[in-house]
Amino acid sequence: MDIFLQQVVSGLATGGIYASLALALVMIYQATDVVNFAQGEMAMFSTYLAWSMLNAGLPYWVAFAATLALAFVGGLLIERIVIRPVENAPVLAVVIVCIGLLVILNSVAGWIYSYIQKPFPSPFPNAPIKLGNVVFGAHDLGAIGITLVVLLFLYVFFRYTTLGLAMRAAAQNPVSSRLCGVRVGWMLAIGWGLAALVGAVAGIMVAPIVFLDPNMMAGILIYAFASATLGGFTSPGGAVVGGLLVGVIENLVGTYVRFIGTELKLTVALAIIVIVLVVKPSGLFGRVVVRRV
Amino acid sequence: MAPLLTASDLRARYGWTRVLHGVSFDVEEGGITTILGANGAGKTTTLRAVSGLVSTEGAVHFAGRRIDGRAPEDLVRAGIAHVPEGRGTFVGLTVEENLRLGAYARRERTRGADDFERVYQYFPILRERRRQVAGTLSGGEQQMLAIARGLMLRPRLLLLDEPSLGLAPLVVREIFRIVRAVNRDQGVSVLLVEQNAAIALELADHAYVLETGRVVLAGSPAILKQDDAVRRSYLGY
Repeated sequence: MDIFLQQVVSGLATGGIYASLALALVMIYQATDVVNFAQGEMAMFSTYLAWSMLNAGLPYWVAFAATLALAFVGGLLIERIVIRPVENAPVLAVVIVCIGLLVILNSVAGWIYSYIQKPFPSPFPNAPIKLGNVVFGAHDLGAIGITLVVLLFLYVFFRYTTLGLAMRAAAQNPVSSRLCGVRVGWMLAIGWGLAALVGAVAGIMVAPIVFLDPNMMAGILIYAFASATLGGFTSPGGAVVGGLLVGVIENLVGTYVRFIGTELKLTVALAIIVIVLVVKPSGLFGRVVVRRV
Repeated sequence: MAPLLTASDLRARYGWTRVLHGVSFDVEEGGITTILGANGAGKTTTLRAVSGLVSTEGAVHFAGRRIDGRAPEDLVRAGIAHVPEGRGTFVGLTVEENLRLGAYARRERTRGADDFERVYQYFPILRERRRQVAGTLSGGEQQMLAIARGLMLRPRLLLLDEPSLGLAPLVVREIFRIVRAVNRDQGVSVLLVEQNAAIALELADHAYVLETGRVVLAGSPAILKQDDAVRRSYLGY
């Protein structure tokens, strides 16, 4: 029982990270119908920026905040400069652009920082936290907390602010939004910025666990895809629930199913993607999109 | 006094197909002007040209300024509210959120409770439904919501694209009664595009008839109602 609880909590911690990245994917997908394959590399690059600032001696939370700000601006610029020119191009063209972005960010990071793994600090104490007989990693609990704060911030932003409302409107009905005076292009850019920011949080939280290297997000991105697919690509809340579920399932399967262990964990994500697509392609909370052609 | 809106020699096309062949008309300040025409006559395109959604040749002046070629986002800020064909409802948002978006472009930050009060006075049903997701409203309620969204801008000019489309005659009467009241109480000028000529001519104080992208008739509703061609083609008697 204690091991079970421990595994659930640690699954929730990584699940929260998957959830953040999945949410970033869903936000962009909802606004622009683009699946941003570069989301993971954007997060990785942001994490390197944080590493540079920490190395330069900045306090952790200052570096954290500065990284989020830079990630936001970076995401915004990527939309304006790289995505906007292919806005009306066929889906495949946009996919290729995203994959190009992935390769470029990956190579540039390798070129600047080398491909050698670097340790990345956690802001939380090393000593595990004991509750009764159960031992939790402090970083796990901290990551869950940070993820919750980010989710709450996004919820309040989209639900209660005028800008958040305008962004939801722009994603739903661009023409009507323009007629209300909403500058739709900028809303999409801000959406990319926010997605990059959320991704940066995920990167910074996962780096102490997986170590920092240019390929660190490759696996995480697949988990994020599994989460978004499970929750439904059309549902932000679903992506979050999907992320937490995937994190917990992955951990429990790794613990209790002997032959999977830690080596075959990633297979769980792929299995989830395949099963969801076969059984319920719209995901747990997604709606079925009917398109007139 | 110069008209609030003047369109002269508007020409527009979609790809190679010309839709407007030199359309000219005026909208008087404080009045209701209607453009009648059958399906495909170019009514919607004319409105879209005014609000900047399609690019045109020819000139449009609004309140003394030339506005053709400007983006819809800017024209909204100049005081033109376009209630589009098909109502343009944000179906996934609540009624109240739809209305908040209507006031999005307003400069002054005083928009608030009294604006909602004002539109709820005209459309009491929207007050009852304000927490409801707009996609669950009936067609008539969505049309009311679309007009209410336009009014939240406190516009000088309201562009209405076929508000009667697909609605029961009683609902159409109700909506037109409200448009008349808004025009009278708030001094909002209205440019109404309609297929339902009978009711549009009752409401308007100036009318144009559009056929395949050209204005073929213009005048006061009283005179147009007497015109044989209009009677046969649009009024059915």
